[in-house]
Amino acid sequence: MSKEGFSISLVNPHAPGLDWIQKIGIAVASLGLLSMVVGATGPANQDPSFYFWTGVFASIVGFLIYIVRTFSGKTESGNNHHIFNSSLMARGVAGWAFGIFLTAFYILLYWGSDSFWNNSGLVSMFHPVSEGLFGFYADKWFLYGFVYTISVLVMGVRAIIKYRHSNYQVIRTCSVMFFQLGFAFLIPMFLKAMSQPEYYFSYFWPLDYDLLWPNSVDGMMNAGTIGLWMLIVSALLTFVVTPILTYFFGKRWYCSWVCGCGGLANTAGDPFRQLSDKSLKAWKVERWMIHSVLLFITLLTILLWVNSYLEGGIFGSVSHELTKAYAFLIGQAFAGVIGVGFYPLLGTRIWCRFGCPMAAYLGLLQKYFSRFRITTNGGQCISCGNCSTYCEMGIDVKSYAQRGENIVRASCVGCGICSTVCPRGVLNLENGPTHTDRENNNPITFGNEGVGLRGFN
Amino acid sequence: MATTKHIVIIGNGIAGITAARHIRKRSDHRITVISAESDHFFSRTVLMYIYMGHMKYEHTKPYEDWFWEKNRIELKRAYVQKVNPDSHSIELDDGSSMNYDELIIATGSKPNKFGWKGQELKGVQGLYGLQDLELMEESTKGISKAVVVGGGLIGIEMAEMLRSRGFEVTMLVRETSFWNTVLPKEESELINRHIRSHKVDLRLATELDEILGDENGKVRAVRTRSGEEIPCQFVGLTVGVSPNVSFMKDAGIDIDKGILVDGELRTNVPNIYALGDCAQLRNPKPNRKPIEAVWYAGKMMGETVAATICGQPTDYDPGIWFNSAKFFDIEYQTYGTVLPELKENEDSILWDGNDGKRCLRIVFDRNSKAVLGFNAFGIRLRHEVCDAWIRNGATISEVISNLDKANFDPEFFKKFEKEVQLQTTI
Ligand SMILES: Cc1cc2nc3c(=O)[nH]c(=O)nc-3n(C[C@H](O)[C@H](O)[C@H](O)COP(=O)(O)OP(=O)(O)OC[C@H]3O[C@@H](n4cnc5c(N)ncnc54)[C@H](O)[C@@H]3O)c2cc1C
Ligand code: SF4
Ligand code: SF4
Repeated sequence: MSKEGFSISLVNPHAPGLDWIQKIGIAVASLGLLSMVVGATGPANQDPSFYFWTGVFASIVGFLIYIVRTFSGKTESGNNHHIFNSSLMARGVAGWAFGIFLTAFYILLYWGSDSFWNNSGLVSMFHPVSEGLFGFYADKWFLYGFVYTISVLVMGVRAIIKYRHSNYQVIRTCSVMFFQLGFAFLIPMFLKAMSQPEYYFSYFWPLDYDLLWPNSVDGMMNAGTIGLWMLIVSALLTFVVTPILTYFFGKRWYCSWVCGCGGLANTAGDPFRQLSDKSLKAWKVERWMIHSVLLFITLLTILLWVNSYLEGGIFGSVSHELTKAYAFLIGQAFAGVIGVGFYPLLGTRIWCRFGCPMAAYLGLLQKYFSRFRITTNGGQCISCGNCSTYCEMGIDVKSYAQRGENIVRASCVGCGICSTVCPRGVLNLENGPTHTDRENNNPITFGNEGVGLRGFN
Repeated sequence: MATTKHIVIIGNGIAGITAARHIRKRSDHRITVISAESDHFFSRTVLMYIYMGHMKYEHTKPYEDWFWEKNRIELKRAYVQKVNPDSHSIELDDGSSMNYDELIIATGSKPNKFGWKGQELKGVQGLYGLQDLELMEESTKGISKAVVVGGGLIGIEMAEMLRSRGFEVTMLVRETSFWNTVLPKEESELINRHIRSHKVDLRLATELDEILGDENGKVRAVRTRSGEEIPCQFVGLTVGVSPNVSFMKDAGIDIDKGILVDGELRTNVPNIYALGDCAQLRNPKPNRKPIEAVWYAGKMMGETVAATICGQPTDYDPGIWFNSAKFFDIEYQTYGTVLPELKENEDSILWDGNDGKRCLRIVFDRNSKAVLGFNAFGIRLRHEVCDAWIRNGATISEVISNLDKANFDPEFFKKFEKEVQLQTTI
């Protein structure tokens, strides 16, 4: 037996059970799911979409009953009770099962054939909605956008209830819900309905990697004034708005307030945020990977423009292969399949941390040219590790806090959870007066006058 | 280069480990840390979060496991049975011995037990180390009622732990109000109410008389001094800690409650130092106690002793007192001196957030108006600013009108400064 041999069994046999209201919530949600299956798979021969949508409604209502009950019975100190005793949230059987289910869904979504989807019954359930709202037939992408948005909204309500004691969390969650619903769903769908380019104002280059590629630019130019306008807005967002906002607020203005990937992570993914890897090794891998992706997409974009200037010239087919490779490997396999499918296994921000070129770009700005930092409060840290455990970006926050050092890290998305979970009030997200005063390397505990006290010796 | 010495540290808690790290920063000495409880340093303050499922043991290690080898800090898991100052050696429970040039004793505390009848029954325990936590996990399987004896910081943590599992918890507190040996009346009452709002049956002015067992030697109830029997299947004894020094008894080292040390943390025996919970200062600084069993003191002592051992003799001077804790949902921070009863020359302003969760007290000198201390509940204050105010003798009106500089609450939180200012001008 190892001497360290200290671990508490994963599934705690005596965590408090569910009360009857929670049970009703789960029962209603389960009936709802059943009704959805009945509707989508065919046993109901009259009006299947009635069964389906009643089911959707019931699942949401049931889930919300469960959530409201669960968190209203708790105050903030209870928010993280028994997370590491939970099979779903601590990589137990339920976590693995859910991860496999999500991954399978994404594999089918990206690489399943259109005919499979269109004949699946599931997509046809969405026709009434897409037709009613936008006047076009649903496809798998409409289904995906709809499910994604509903997840952000419903799990956003959960996050708001859970973090109701923190105005920062409440306002930020409302913001990602707003941007997902409006900018990443309704507006693009209306644009599509009006036969305009399906444009997502909340995604721009390099995250929306092909937005500034010659083909897309041509496409937008051909769409007349509105296209030209969109093009100008995209370029401004990438090259002007992003550096300015990041200077003042850090990358959080985008990653934790606007972006839909971040929005999904902080709502639907919130139960899994503690699973990120905090080791130094993971940080090394992260830096290599994310900056390589940024470099690759930048070079690729330049290459495409050179190629287009030379009218196919020397790079002709090579560049085409490269764009296909990027779309497959990064745009689909990484951002989707692994990025969301692996939530229950590797934590919520795998994509944001290891793959997103936008995060890399924002991160470089944040690291070298931003007023944002997380301040640590004098000598108050007790090295408890709550902050590091719940940092979705795998930043070992306590390694800074226990030395009294501010946290200035390219990857910090400013979600603010480290500050929320710290039991000693040590961490605060701040936009300081300048970008030059952020780092305060001070290995001595604040107040220790014998050895020397920061600011007073 | 100075000759390298072998420095042996007993105890891998915050005090011993901080000393080791800072000695490594300052020198090339050979460093060995010996400890009985765990292979690696973990944060003792976090035991409750493991029980409540917020974290697992591995999350509570402040440094990754590769850190020790990389920094050439040798770790040994063993219990030190004896110190032999004459031969500069220590004896371990595996029968081996080890020589040292300098010895640092940082063996922490052990929970108090006051010789109650029944305190050895199954299901009765204190909470100090990992083994206690494991035992608690075992002993609380399938129970429904628990009693916590003692109204201090570990007592309330234990109550919170037990409540997280949904058990009925009764808390027996000898004092007439929670922790009122430290907190002024209003703050203490705020916490009384908060504890009760978490459905803990808080019994004030109630003393334990006896712990009652069943035929299997398991606890079945406690009896209070007033004769009341409270049925329970678990009893947490959290009536303070005392220095863990018994194994040192006949080494010729002066011991009172703790190991007596001078300003440079030296014991009476050459080349032996003591720090952290187990050390007792012969001459503490003004307003400070001879034994301060808190995390921060251990950390600062570790930094101090490292300087001394590495050729820069340094007096332990922890500056202005600060501390913090959390009572269920309420964070508590304190800076400077706030006594449970104000002294003759002291006055204070008290702001109450009227939500049962927030309050702020600022103590100042009646005559000079200089600020002496802060007690903050449910709001976060900036350590650096409060420290400077106290140090520089800022006046109460100066502090009140600049209160926003000390606000460390997250963005968008309800501000309290205006209300405090309004209240004090009336
Ligand atoms: C549950 C709990 C919560 C706490 N919360 C807070 C808090 O919130 N804030 C705060 O400021 N303080 C808190 N404290 C107090 C704080 O944890 C201690 O003051 C601090 O850990 C003491 O550190 P130390 O290094 O002196 O000793 P310890 O951490 O006790 O380390 C001593 C080590 O030495 C080992 N040892 C002892 N004797 C021997 C021997 N003969 N041979 C080998 N090894 C030996 C012990 O097993 C132990 O591992 C808390 C304490 C507890 C128990
Ligand atoms: S360091 Fe804090 S704010 Fe930054 S990503 Fe991690 S938890 Fe969020
Ligand atoms: S949560 Fe707070 S006290 Fe705990 S390690 Fe992090 S900064 Fe320190």
